Amino acid sequence: MLTYVVRRLLHGCVVVLGVLLFLFLLFFTLTDPDDIARRALGEKALPAVIAQWKANHGYDRPLWPWRGGRDSMLVEHYRRMLTFDFGRSDTDDAPIVDRLRHGVGPSLALTVPMFVIGLLLSIVLALFVAFFRETYIDRMGVLLAVLAMSLSVLLYIIGAQYVIGKLLRWFPISGFDADPRVAWRFLALPVLVGVAASLGGDVRFYRTVFVEETGRDYVRTARAKGCGEGRIMWVHVLRNAMIPILTHVVLAVPFLFTGSLLLESFFGIPGLGSLTVDAINGNDFSTLRTMVYLGSLLFVGGQILTDISYALVDPRVRLS
Amino acid sequence: MQLWSASNLVVAGLLLAGLTLLLIGRRHRLWREVLVQLRRRRPLALLVVAGYVTVALLDSVRWVGGVDAGGDVVAQHEARSVLDRLFAGRRERSYSAPLADREFYGHAPLRHPGGHLLGTDILGRDVLLLTLKGARVALLIGGLTSLIAIPLALLFGVSAGYWGRRIDDGVFFVMSTLASMPTLLLLIALVMVLGRSTVAVCLALAVTSWVGFCRLARGETFKLREMDYVQAARALGVSDLRILLRHIVPNLMHLVVITFVLMFSGLVLSEAILSWLGLGIEGSWGQMIDQARDELSRDPAIWWNLAAAGVALFTLLLAVNFVGDAVRDILDPRTRREPT
Repeated sequence: MLTYVVRRLLHGCVVVLGVLLFLFLLFFTLTDPDDIARRALGEKALPAVIAQWKANHGYDRPLWPWRGGRDSMLVEHYRRMLTFDFGRSDTDDAPIVDRLRHGVGPSLALTVPMFVIGLLLSIVLALFVAFFRETYIDRMGVLLAVLAMSLSVLLYIIGAQYVIGKLLRWFPISGFDADPRVAWRFLALPVLVGVAASLGGDVRFYRTVFVEETGRDYVRTARAKGCGEGRIMWVHVLRNAMIPILTHVVLAVPFLFTGSLLLESFFGIPGLGSLTVDAINGNDFSTLRTMVYLGSLLFVGGQILTDISYALVDPRVRLS
Repeated sequence: MQLWSASNLVVAGLLLAGLTLLLIGRRHRLWREVLVQLRRRRPLALLVVAGYVTVALLDSVRWVGGVDAGGDVVAQHEARSVLDRLFAGRRERSYSAPLADREFYGHAPLRHPGGHLLGTDILGRDVLLLTLKGARVALLIGGLTSLIAIPLALLFGVSAGYWGRRIDDGVFFVMSTLASMPTLLLLIALVMVLGRSTVAVCLALAVTSWVGFCRLARGETFKLREMDYVQAARALGVSDLRILLRHIVPNLMHLVVITFVLMFSGLVLSEAILSWLGLGIEGSWGQMIDQARDELSRDPAIWWNLAAAGVALFTLLLAVNFVGDAVRDILDPRTRREPT
C-alpha cells in the first residue's frame, strides 16, 4: 500500500514538472519576449523602455541553464512556480497572488452551488430515464439530452440574460456583491445557466452508466429474490454506480477553484475566471501561465486522491 | 501560386480523398453495412449533413473576375466563391429586418426590397450569405483539426501500445501532462502563442483533443497485440511494420470513425468559445454570435443575426450528434446485429 501511494505521488510530481516544462516551452521559447513587452507597453514603445521592462520582468536572461547556469530563465521559472512565488502581472505589475486570493471566493460562490445542483439533478434525471429504459420516456429523454448538448453555451447565456434578465426582470443581468444576502440574486442566473448547459451531457453520461449496471448479474439476483424495480434502481444500481460517478465528481472538483471563464465574465462576477479573461484580453502571459499551472496542480492532486481512495476501498488495487 | 487557386486545389484533393475513402469503404462488408444502416436509421440527419457539406463546397471553389464590381479596384481582384456570386450585388447600407423593404433605423428604402430572407447586418451584408459561409468555416474546423489530431493520436497510441516499455512511458507521460492542464485554458494559451490564423486555431484544437483518442488507441493496441493471429504472424517472422499495417491499424478503424464524428461537435463548440474571446476564426458562426450579442441590447433589438448563426450552428451539431450516436451503435459489437 505504501509503495503504491509513493509511486502515485512520484508520478504526480513528474507530471507537474512536465506541465512546467510545457509552459516554459510555450511561453518563453515560442513567444518572443520583445513581443510580450510590446503588447504590454504598446506598439510604439522605445527600445530602451522595452529593455527596461524586460529586465524588470526577468525576460532578459539566457533561456537555458547551460548558458546562464542558475540565473537562466528555465531554472528561475521552475524555482518560482514550485515555491508559489508567481511574481507580478505582465500588464500592470500587480502581485498575482493577491488577485488569486481575492478571486477564489466569488469563483467558489458560483461553481459550488452550480456543481452540487447540477450533479443531483442530472443523477436523479438519469435514474428516472434509465428506469424507463427502452420505452418512449427513455427515447424522449435521450433526444432532449442530445438537443441540449447541441446548443452552444454562448446561446444559453445570451438567451437567459435576454429572457430572464431583460424581458422578465426576475434577476439582475450581471453584477456581484460580497454580502451573501444580496449576492444570491446575482448568482441565481449564472448558476441556472451553468446547470442547464451541462445537464444534457451529464444526463446522457449517467444514463449510460446506469443502463450498463442494470445488465449485471446482481440485478437479476435481486429481481429473482423478489425485489421491486424501484428498489433495484434506487438502492442496488445507484450504489453500484457510485464508483464511476465518484471518479467523475472528484476529477471535476479541482476545476471548481479555477472558476468558469464564460459565466464569470458574462455575468460580471469578479472571480478567477474573470481574472483569466482579463489576462487574455490584456495579453498578460504571466497570469495566464499561473492559472494553467494551478489548474493542473489541482487536477493532479485530485487524481492522486482518487487513486488512493480506490486503493483503500478495493483490495485488488491495494495488493497488486 | 495565388492563395485562391491553392485553396481550390485543397478542395479538389479533399473531394478526391473523400470519394476514394467511400469507394474503398463500399468494398468492405462492415463499412457497406454501416452505410446502409445509417441511411435507414438517420436519413434526415444524413441529409442535413450532406446539405451543409454542399454549401461548404460551393463556398470553397473560388476564382477572380466575372462579377461587375462597379469600378471598385480592390473588389475586382478579389477571389469570389460560387456562393458569393449567387449573392453578388446584394449589398445594402445598414441593418434591415428579414424581408423588409426599408432600413431598420431611419426607414430609407432598400436597394432590394424584400430580397433579404434573413435581413442584413450593420454593414448591409446579407445575413443569409454570411450564415451559409459559416458552414465552410465550421466544417474546416472539424475536418482540418481531425486530420491533424487523429493520425497523430493513432501514431503515438499504436506505437505505445505495440512496443510498450520506453515508448509507452514517453507517450504516457506526454498524455498525462497534456490531460492535466485545464482544456480551455490550454487552448487559449496555445492560440495566443501560435497566432490567430485558421491553421493555428486548428493546430491548437488538435493539441487539446488528441489525448482522448490516443489513450483509446493505446489500450486497444494493447489488447490486439496479444491476439492469436498477431502472435502467429510474429512467429512466422512477419515484420513489425507489416503487422501494424495489416492487423492492428485496420482493426482500429471503427474507433477512428466513431472518434471523428463524436469529436466534431466538441471542436465546433470550442471554436465558438474562442470566438467570444476574440481568438476565433474569421467568419465563423461563433464570431457572428459574439458580434450579435451587443445588437440584442439595442432597442428595438436586432435579433436576426444571432438567430441565423445560432440556428445554423445548432442544426449542424444536432445532425452530427445524431449521426455520431447511430455510427457508434452500429459499430459497437454489443449493440450490433449481424445481418441475417
